[in-house]
Amino acid sequence: MTNNPEYFKAERDQEWRVALRSQIKNKERTSRERVKMPEQDPNIRNKNSLEVNLGLTEEQAVSEAQRCIDCPNPTCITGCPVGINIPKFIKYIEARDFLSAAKTLKETNSLPAVCGRVCPQEVQCEAQCFYTQKLKKPAVAIGHLERFAADFERNSGKISIPEIAERNNIKVAVIGSGPGGLAAAGDLVKMGYSVTVFEALHEIGGVLKYGIPEFRLPNDIVDVEINNLRKMGVEFITNFVVGKTSSFEDLKAKGYVAFFTASGAGLPRFMNIPGENYVGIFSSNEYLTRVNLMGAAKADYDTPVLFGKNVAVIGGGNTAMDSVRTAKRLGAERAMIVYRRSLDEMPARIEEIHHAQEEGIEFMNLNSPVEYFADESGRVNRMRLQKMELGEPDSSGRRRPVPLTSSEYDVDVDMVVVSVGVSPNPLIPSAVDGLNITKWGTIHVNPDNMQSNISDLFAGGDIVRGGATVILAMGDGRNAAAGIHAYIQQTLVN
Amino acid sequence: MNKIIDKVNFSENVVKLVIEAPDIAQKRKAGHFVIVKIGEKGERIPLTISQADPEKGTITLVIQKVGVTSHKVCNLNPGDLITDVVGPLGQATHIHNSGTILCAGGGVGIAPLLPIVEAMKKAGNRIVTVLAARNKELIILEDQIRAYSDEVIIMTDDGSHGNKGLVTHGMEEVIKREKVNEAIAIGPAIMMKFASLLTKKYNIPTVASLNTIMVDGTGMCGACRVTVGDKTKFVCVDGPEFDAHQVDFDELLLRLGAYKNEEKQAYEQYLETLN
Repeated sequence: MTNNPEYFKAERDQEWRVALRSQIKNKERTSRERVKMPEQDPNIRNKNSLEVNLGLTEEQAVSEAQRCIDCPNPTCITGCPVGINIPKFIKYIEARDFLSAAKTLKETNSLPAVCGRVCPQEVQCEAQCFYTQKLKKPAVAIGHLERFAADFERNSGKISIPEIAERNNIKVAVIGSGPGGLAAAGDLVKMGYSVTVFEALHEIGGVLKYGIPEFRLPNDIVDVEINNLRKMGVEFITNFVVGKTSSFEDLKAKGYVAFFTASGAGLPRFMNIPGENYVGIFSSNEYLTRVNLMGAAKADYDTPVLFGKNVAVIGGGNTAMDSVRTAKRLGAERAMIVYRRSLDEMPARIEEIHHAQEEGIEFMNLNSPVEYFADESGRVNRMRLQKMELGEPDSSGRRRPVPLTSSEYDVDVDMVVVSVGVSPNPLIPSAVDGLNITKWGTIHVNPDNMQSNISDLFAGGDIVRGGATVILAMGDGRNAAAGIHAYIQQTLVN
Repeated sequence: MNKIIDKVNFSENVVKLVIEAPDIAQKRKAGHFVIVKIGEKGERIPLTISQADPEKGTITLVIQKVGVTSHKVCNLNPGDLITDVVGPLGQATHIHNSGTILCAGGGVGIAPLLPIVEAMKKAGNRIVTVLAARNKELIILEDQIRAYSDEVIIMTDDGSHGNKGLVTHGMEEVIKREKVNEAIAIGPAIMMKFASLLTKKYNIPTVASLNTIMVDGTGMCGACRVTVGDKTKFVCVDGPEFDAHQVDFDELLLRLGAYKNEEKQAYEQYLETLN
C-alpha cells in the first residue's frame, strides 16, 4: 500500500524534492498570504448555474504550492480520509509538473476533481496542516491545489489511467454509483477484479449527480471521472435495484463473490408538523433531484419543478445551502434559511455559508417551523415559525435549541424545502436475511474493513454512517476494497 | 434500453405495450410497478405492471395518454426502445384467502387490477369484479378479468356497455346482496375515494392502489408521500397499496395536481409539435 511512513519518507528524500526545498527559504515560504480562490461575482452567479469558484491560475497555483514547506512529518496526510500523498502532489505543482501532480492524486483518489471541489478540507487535511497547527496562520490551500491539478490534467487531454493489475476474472459487485461505490470500484479494478457497479437510477454518479448542484460540481466533471473508471474496466449497469431487479442470491449465481453496498442514505426526513404535505413543500432530495438530475428548470426537459418567489429552506447543512442557493438561482425574490440553532452551530461548510450570504440568502437562525398553511389549491402560502434560544449542549456537543413560549409568528412562503437530514434506505438492509442492522437502520460493519456480519457483504458511506460527506464515503470505499481483497484472498484464492 | 415487442391499441387514448425486461419479468409480482423514462430529457413516471411472462422475458404495461410522457409512451411502436425501465418496485399485493373479494377497477386501473384478481382467484377466493369507465371503449381487458372472476359487473357513465352508472352503484349492489369480506379498488383517485367511502359505510376492509407523482421510485425523494392514518407514508416503498379507509384522499388529490398548470402548458406545446 502507498500510505506508510517509509513510503512517504522515501518519496520526500528523492533528489527533485530535496532540490526544490532548498530553492526557497522556509521563512519566505511562510511569509506569503494564502491564495484567494477567484470567484464569479455574487450578483451575477446567483442568476446562473455556472461554477462559483473559477479555479486557480497556473501562477497562483505555483505560488501557493511554494507556501508548503514539505514537512518531514506531513500531518496533513493524517487528515485525509483517502490518504493522499499531499506534499508530493503539491511539490509537483511547485515544480510545474502538473500532470505528475494529478497522477499522484490518483494513486489514492479516483475522483480528485470532485474532492478538490466538495471536500471540507478546512476540517480535514488543512486542519492538520503545519500552518494551522503550529504557525496559527491560514493553511496551505490543499483543496484549491487538488482541484487545480485535476482540472489541469482534464483540460490537457492527457488523462492518465492508473496501472491495472492482471485481470483475475473474480467478479465483485458494487451497489450504488455514488462516491463510495466509485472509490471502491476504482480500487478493486486496479487490483485486477472484474467490477460491476449496479445503479438504481438512470445515471451514474449518485449524490454527485442528483444532489450537488452544477454551481458547485458540474456534472461534466463527474462524467470525466466516471469515464476514467470505464476505461480502467469498471462495468456500469443503470436501472438496476439490487434486492428488487435481482436478489443477492441471483447475483451470486451469476458468479459475484463479494458485494460492496454503498446505497446511500435514501429516505428524506420530514418534521411531521401540520401541513407538511401541502403542494410546494419538497424534501431537499426531491427538489435537488428535479433540478440537477432531471433538468427540470430547463425548457427542453420534460420534468417539471415549481418556482417559488418566497422560498424557505429548513435546515443548516450543506444540502440546505445547495437547496436555498438553487432556489435563488431559479428566481426566488426571498430565499431563506430557517435553522433552529445559531450560525456557529451550522453543520454546513463555512465556505458555503459565506457564498450563500454573498448571494443574498437570508438567514433566519434560531427559528423553527411549527405549521404550514395553504391556499384552496393546496399550495403552501404561509409558515408559522417559533423562535428558539440555545440551552445546554446535547449529545452532539452542540447547544440544544429550546423553543421560546408565545414566540410564534407567520411568514409568507410559496415554496418550502425540508432539509433536516435523511434516514437509511431500508431497501438493501431488508433484502438480506440476518444482516446486522443498527437501531438507526444503518448497516453494522467492522470499521477496519467495512465487513458486515454476512462475510461476503461489505458496506460504507451513508448506509453505514447515516449521513456524512463525499470524502468519508470514498474513504469507506477504499477501506472496503482492501477488505474485500483480503477476504477473497483468504477464502477463495488460498 | 428495453425493446417493445408488441402493441395493442385498446382505444384512441389507451395502449397496451409488451416490453422486453427479462429480470423484471422474473421478479415481478401482483402489485409491483416500474418507473419508465422516454429519451435523455424525459421524465420518470411510475406505471403498474399489468402482466408478465417470465419465459419470454416480457412485461405488459397499459398506458393512457394524459400528458407529455404518457403520450410519448403511447406513441412508441414494436421495435422501438424505451430509454429507461426500472423495477419491479413497491410492495407486492398481500395475496391470501379471505372469502369473497369485491374488486373494483376504474379505467386504466383495470390493468393493474388484473394480476391481483388472478392471484386472489388462485388463492381460492370468490371474486366479484366491478369494471367501470366513461364508455364502452374504455372498459379494457374484460375477457381476461372474466377468466379469473366468478362474476363481472360492468358500469359505464353513458350506459354504452353494461349498466349505466358509477362504480359505486355496482359495488353497492353486490354488498347489499351478499357477504363481502374484503374489497380492492384501483383507478383514478376520485373513484377510489368514493369506493372507499362506500365500503367504510359497510365496514368492509378495503385496499387501494395509489398512483402518485414519483421521481426515483426507491424512497429517495418523498414526492409520493401520502397521509395514511396520522402517518406520512411513501407510496413507492411503503405502498402502492394501503388501507383505503386510512388514506387521506383529499390530500392525495391536491398533491396529484401539484404541477397541473405546468403539465397542461407542456402538453399543449407538445401536441403542437406533433402537428
